[in-house]
Amino acid sequence: MGIDPVNYKRKINISWLFNMAWRDSRKNRSRLFLFISAIVFGIAALVAIYSFRYNVQNDVNGQAATLIGADLSVSGNKPAEPKLKHTLDSLGDQRSTERSFASMAYFPKTKGTRLVQIRALQGDYPYYGTIETTPESAGTAFKKGQTALVDKTLMLQFGVNVGDSVRVGKELFLIAGTLNKAPGQSGAMAGIAPVVYIPMQYLEQTGLMKIGSRVNYTFYYKYNHKVDMDKLTKKLDPVLDKAGMNYETIEMRKENTGRAFGDLGRFLSLVGFIALLLGCVGVASAIHIYVREKIASIAIMRCLGVKASEAFLIYLIQIVGIGLIGSVVGAALGTAIQHLLPIVFKDFLPFTISVEISWLAIWQGILLGVIISILFALLPLISVRNISPLNTLRISFDEAGSKRDPMRWLVYLLIIGFVLGFTYLQLDSWLGSLFFTLGILIAFMILAAVAWLLMRVMKLIINNGWSYLWRQGFANLYRPNNQTLILMVSIGLSTAFICTLFFIQSILIAQVNLSNSGNQSNMILFDIQKSQKDAVADVTRKQGLPVLQQVPIVTVRLEQINGKTAADLVKDTTIKIPHGVFAYEYRVTFRDTLSASEKLLDGTWIGKAEAGKDIPVSVEANLQKRAHLKVGDKLVFNVQGVPMPAYVASIRKVNWGKVQTNFQVVFPTGVLEDAPQFQVLLTHVPSNKVSAKFQQAVVKQFPNISIIDLGLVLSILDELLSKISYVIRFMSAFSIITGIVVLIASVRISKYQRIQESVLLRTLGASRKQIFAITALEYLFLGSLSALTGILIAVAGTWFLAKYSFEIPYAVSFIPAFVLFLIITILTVIIGLLNSRGVLNKPPLEILRTNA
Amino acid sequence: METILNILNLSKTYQSAGRMLTVLNDINFNITEGSTNAIVGPSGSGKTTLLGLCAGLDRSSSGSVELNGINLGNLTEDQRAQVRNQYVGFIFQNFQLLPTLTALENVMVPLELRNEKNIKARALDLLDKVGLADRGHHYPSQLSGGEQQRVSLARAFSNAPKILFADEPTGNLDAETSEKVVKLIFDLNKEAGTTLVLVTHDLDLAAKTQRIIRIKGGKLISNEKTING
Repeated sequence: MGIDPVNYKRKINISWLFNMAWRDSRKNRSRLFLFISAIVFGIAALVAIYSFRYNVQNDVNGQAATLIGADLSVSGNKPAEPKLKHTLDSLGDQRSTERSFASMAYFPKTKGTRLVQIRALQGDYPYYGTIETTPESAGTAFKKGQTALVDKTLMLQFGVNVGDSVRVGKELFLIAGTLNKAPGQSGAMAGIAPVVYIPMQYLEQTGLMKIGSRVNYTFYYKYNHKVDMDKLTKKLDPVLDKAGMNYETIEMRKENTGRAFGDLGRFLSLVGFIALLLGCVGVASAIHIYVREKIASIAIMRCLGVKASEAFLIYLIQIVGIGLIGSVVGAALGTAIQHLLPIVFKDFLPFTISVEISWLAIWQGILLGVIISILFALLPLISVRNISPLNTLRISFDEAGSKRDPMRWLVYLLIIGFVLGFTYLQLDSWLGSLFFTLGILIAFMILAAVAWLLMRVMKLIINNGWSYLWRQGFANLYRPNNQTLILMVSIGLSTAFICTLFFIQSILIAQVNLSNSGNQSNMILFDIQKSQKDAVADVTRKQGLPVLQQVPIVTVRLEQINGKTAADLVKDTTIKIPHGVFAYEYRVTFRDTLSASEKLLDGTWIGKAEAGKDIPVSVEANLQKRAHLKVGDKLVFNVQGVPMPAYVASIRKVNWGKVQTNFQVVFPTGVLEDAPQFQVLLTHVPSNKVSAKFQQAVVKQFPNISIIDLGLVLSILDELLSKISYVIRFMSAFSIITGIVVLIASVRISKYQRIQESVLLRTLGASRKQIFAITALEYLFLGSLSALTGILIAVAGTWFLAKYSFEIPYAVSFIPAFVLFLIITILTVIIGLLNSRGVLNKPPLEILRTNA
Repeated sequence: METILNILNLSKTYQSAGRMLTVLNDINFNITEGSTNAIVGPSGSGKTTLLGLCAGLDRSSSGSVELNGINLGNLTEDQRAQVRNQYVGFIFQNFQLLPTLTALENVMVPLELRNEKNIKARALDLLDKVGLADRGHHYPSQLSGGEQQRVSLARAFSNAPKILFADEPTGNLDAETSEKVVKLIFDLNKEAGTTLVLVTHDLDLAAKTQRIIRIKGGKLISNEKTING
């Protein structure tokens, strides 16, 4: 018998595969696009954020010079010593100096007072960019007379105009212009510490430059010729370091600003990535059902001689194609959305952001979209390889067989690896990425487990005693082609995400509000001179306000730890003490007892120093850890030029959350009483009216005293948190939209699955109302259970974040969570019913014909 | 006449509800090239399972299937797919056309898989033979049952198979259409010199073949020539 040789090694015809993929998709394109629409918003979010990041980076590079305003700036919190002064004066071709400090500003016109940041300026700073003012000329003209520039929010707050006056310390200044933007300052920063510029030559007259005042000294330099800044700063570094001063160049500002906004961008990318992951769950589930529907076609192809790998590739090509379309649409949407981002972020950026199309961001988004659609579609897609041609004779989808497929585990591994890798690229920390991936994985697993349990339990408890509608509605949860798992995961994950964001935000705000409640101190007066101590206390009491605390503060430096000095750190790199421990200027107090916010951890509290012996000081636990201190360690403090030998007598834990004066180092009584010092007074004001009156009285009598009104700080913080939460909400909107799209897609897919049986039920005489009730029951149960699971995950996630990330007390408010629960449940039911209306409203035969 | 299909001690068992279910038990027969044959038996007798095994759609539990001299038991699923593409044609009770492909494209698929030339012309020629030359651009859902089965016939003959397996080819058709389709099957079969294996419980249809293989309860009852044999 002449046997024709069989060509077992037939080559795969790629063009035919593309052709088949195209033909096969013909009647399913709208559905395929519905599947893939789930990733559109995730991609859009990422492309928008990436574009924004690149534009910010470009803008930082382009505008860094205007952010710093000079080629080099040197700053420190004490006046330069003569030798250093000589070095500083030799730098640059043009020089400017600035002294900045917190002080009260008083507006005589409206009698308003507020703590502001005074910047006394001398020279032509800024050399790059301008101090933005109205009128424009005021930015430079104010230095010529006794005039000031006042922050615009401050002017609005106190109803003052250009031409009115502001008192700083003892001096009155004419307001020459409204300060719209100080170099390098963002809108949000201006809200916290509004700036008032005054000319340097009037600073002394204000009487604010007294010992103990917290003044920041900054020197700005401009070079007329090109200077190798690296070389210069390398030379300057040891000198400035020794003097406890910092410096910054344009290049450094570029890096720092870039890094800071890089962090923001990375965080927002993760939020976008969650939206994308959520969409991918939708894709995976949709493709799973798509493949199930394609079993017959795949079996026919296999019958006709199509290899398993060819069948797999035909559907993979479809996924890549549709993933590509989804990604391109997402990228286009993202590019459009990025126009909104500068509006969203305008309060956080100290520079103008340009909006340009970033092709790099677009390519990254498209690539990411395609990769992630393939990865998540692979899970159901690999089962295509196992579909037997025997299905042409008898349909039986061997799920058990596909579950045993080792490729499944490889795909799981690839997905986890991809999520981990992508997160690492955003966070630059393996530990952080691991936590993020684990968190997502755990949330997925919990939701999947709940879905599985639900199906099991429903199967067990449904019995014939139930009414038909309830039986049918609940049985839909576990019957073949059910949507329980996908809806549980997508709705649950969106709910968990939104709810966690909400919980964390309210905990942060509650934490701040807590400090303002009860009879706790909510107003702090500082910079009180020793001689003013009693008079200020008198004024306070005369206003009917309590003097809750009066604390002396002495400025000291740490010179030695067990004989080691800052100079030794440079010589011996094995010493583990950070340099900042020596460079830092400590504000310490002295008293003979522990305060209510302190707890002794180690050693003995000694409240009184013995004359002639080393001084027993108490060190706060964080400083002790940072400086590697233990009880008994020898220290030498420099108190305004006088060396004072001391030793660590005790270690204290301090509750920094309480609004009162807390200290890193506490001296015993009997040592610092005569040292140059200032006082802090804490009181409680019951209302804004009393606060304003009290501030006016204090500022009028003691212009050097600064007042922090905690009520004002709280409102600013609240405003800032609202701004931040607005940004987060803006980003999480992508997840919410994705969640809704996944929900719509899942319900629509289930519609195709359910249509036959609904039609059958209607043919058998079920009323429209009965089908409506069955559908509503199913989605009501699914929606409520997944929302509830999501909220519980959020509760656990919030606890974890509060305890380990924010380190704040955990408390969640359940009323808003309940509202969210209701919204999500109702939304699920509405979408479910809307999508089923086709079955409800049309005659059964019409539906059967259109879906044939 | 040479043997094209040789079935030797063929058995098929399934695991069902925790116990072994024997669907086919020690079946032996062979089919000569160019002959027409019918496998008949009552519902559940195992005839469709036997067809699946003969055509290489499934693996036997024991025994062997030799198609055109190739022992299918030694081949992987992909290799069996190649054998099917090269030597086998199929006609199914429910037509099994790819719903997203037009009639013409359905007929072209086996040829495209073989990378052949003049595919479209040959497919059109086949459609013409089954009387559907003008319906090539229609999708299966736009065709009647009889038309779909005729497209299925054209597709079955498109790769010039050595053996054609037909599973209840008239099972979903009315009497008049059935008659036309049966005539077409036999005419095309004769013209192409293909071996025909029909699975049916329609004894009138079976009687049109040269040999009838009867099975019942998974066992071969008889293997006899008909008056046409």
